[in-house]
Amino acid sequence: MKIGRVAGTVVATICSSALEGRRLLFVDLLDPTGKPTGSDLIAVDSVGAGAGELVLILDEGNGARQVLQAPDAPVRAVVVGIVDEIEMNG
Amino acid sequence: MELGRVTGTVVATTIYEGLEGARLLIVQPLDRHLKPRGNPVVAADGVAMAAPDDLVAVVASREASLALPPPPGPVDHAIVAIVDAVEEWSR
Repeated sequence: MKIGRVAGTVVATICSSALEGRRLLFVDLLDPTGKPTGSDLIAVDSVGAGAGELVLILDEGNGARQVLQAPDAPVRAVVVGIVDEIEMNG
Repeated sequence: MELGRVTGTVVATTIYEGLEGARLLIVQPLDRHLKPRGNPVVAADGVAMAAPDDLVAVVASREASLALPPPPGPVDHAIVAIVDAVEEWSR
């Protein structure tokens, strides 16, 4: 899984049926120390993540479909958690 | 999923049967500030309504074939949404 920060939302009225009614979040990927890695992705929200929150992203199709309970959803990235804290080894 | 902009269309009359009927569009991946990033790809239109210069969301690998009506064709990129806006939260 990956760590990221919610940078915005993607509004799309015309989309694949599996995406209808779901929030699409634009997430900047971070390294565990919180530094942006420079890459970003659009993930489907499943936990109600909000602006600027640190989130946990599952970036794998089968898992994503399980989370969304949609066996044929064309989705790979899903926000599966809101990160409260990251502790690195001292 | 990645943001992209439709920059062209591909017509291929001689094509693998599994791809027949799929609308093939050229999509330039974009970063969050809508600046081009990386190389353009040819994506199947999973919503069958993407038009030139549309901002779209593209999915890759196996998920791309799920974006097309069954039976899933052999595609590696597909458009899954036409993006109306990217609302950025400025901190």
